Amino acid sequence: MHRGKGMKFVGDSRVPASHRKPNIPKDYSEYPGKTEAFYPDFLLKEWIVGAVFLIGFLCLTIVEPAPLERIADPTDTTYIPLPDWYFMFLYQLLKYSYASGDYNFLGAFVIPGLAFTALLLAPFLDRGPKRRPKDRPIATGFMLLAVAAIFYLTWEAISTHDWEAAKRQGEIKEIVEVDKSHPGYEVYQQQTCISCHGGNLEGVGTNPALTGIDRTADEIKDIAVNGIGSMPANIFNGTEEELEQLAEFILSVNESE
Amino acid sequence: MLTKLYDWIDERLDITPLWRDIADHEVPEHVNPAHHFSAFVYCFGGLTFFVVVIQILSGMFLMMYYVPDVERAWESVYYLQNQVAYGQIVRGMHHWGASIVIVMMFLHTLRVFFQGAYKKPRELNWIVGVLIFFVMLGLGLTGYLLPWDMKAVFATKVTLEIAQSTPLIGDLLKTLLAGDEHIIGAQTLTRFFAIHVFFLPAALLVLIGLHFLMIRKQGISGPL
Repeated sequence: MHRGKGMKFVGDSRVPASHRKPNIPKDYSEYPGKTEAFYPDFLLKEWIVGAVFLIGFLCLTIVEPAPLERIADPTDTTYIPLPDWYFMFLYQLLKYSYASGDYNFLGAFVIPGLAFTALLLAPFLDRGPKRRPKDRPIATGFMLLAVAAIFYLTWEAISTHDWEAAKRQGEIKEIVEVDKSHPGYEVYQQQTCISCHGGNLEGVGTNPALTGIDRTADEIKDIAVNGIGSMPANIFNGTEEELEQLAEFILSVNESE
Repeated sequence: MLTKLYDWIDERLDITPLWRDIADHEVPEHVNPAHHFSAFVYCFGGLTFFVVVIQILSGMFLMMYYVPDVERAWESVYYLQNQVAYGQIVRGMHHWGASIVIVMMFLHTLRVFFQGAYKKPRELNWIVGVLIFFVMLGLGLTGYLLPWDMKAVFATKVTLEIAQSTPLIGDLLKTLLAGDEHIIGAQTLTRFFAIHVFFLPAALLVLIGLHFLMIRKQGISGPL
């Protein structure tokens, strides 16, 4: 039965059953070497490998829960962005001066574009009949170079990222309402402590929270006047009495917890 | 009983050739780790597929709780992670699966590349494979935004800036992805959600179907 351009429609009800392919698979002896039937012998082995893999995978999900940072706040300008690890090499590439700024086009499009197009068209670029890696040095060389570049860039991105700050900036903060009628709270506002440590002492961006700290009144006073770490000195410039109120206020928040 | 049922269906639909195409074939010696341990490199493709199946299943379960809305997305993920029984494991599977699928696919790509298995007549299958790789990266990129936490939004901001710097069509591309010229918000989330859950998985399934069809048609490449 011919239809259309002489094409034979397999499964067409008008094709007589005797035209079917014989239902007998090739004999195993027709294959070279020690072949094995896919079903059920080899599939069973694959199944076992899959089961072992799944157990390991489930252990990972239990040991390392999927991370979740605090709810998005697009107004936070201090947040340092970080892509998923498998995009880090592209992210790192865009940090170099000849791949960013005026050269952004080069770093964001030309270099990755060439690399991925070459990958896509590899069979047409590497056309020789030889298959062993050492018989096609150009293809092997370029791929090794690309793999080395990906590993190097990923490593650079990971080692230059401030993981401590990243952890702090993303933390889910439990905001506890503080006593805003306390006289120390007014000082806290006036002396601009609030701009870095937040309206409820929860910390803004990478600046630390003032809740859950273990310091004496004298230490708090000292830090307010002389600074600590990246906090500069002389942020506090009020009277001695105000300093006393401020320290008392911060202590009271920590004691009430 | 089962044989009778099979025969009943086979009599009407002639499914035996179909079954033979899918399962009744020989596994050659050189790809079988039982004969040559080094043949474990042939497992990476299969493991990639296995993790894809895990991703689809865990994703379906995540959809039972996830709400693609700026106000509730984070809350729903938080609830799923901390309140729902086994929610942490389901989300963990989807989160870590996304990383492992990239690793497995990378290894599979390297295996095929260094063995020169993409050469004639398998060029088309290589191209489909690389397209699968791109779709996977797209799935990773869009899925990263969905929990709507800090790192999600700020990473997406960077992605959209890069998209915007595309010559000629940059602004249009950004608007298409983000739903607005400037705002990263409700529209962006629903668009990324739709791309992550419907557009890219549909493309992925078609491409994987083609990938497997071509493997069955051409057989696996011979030993080096």
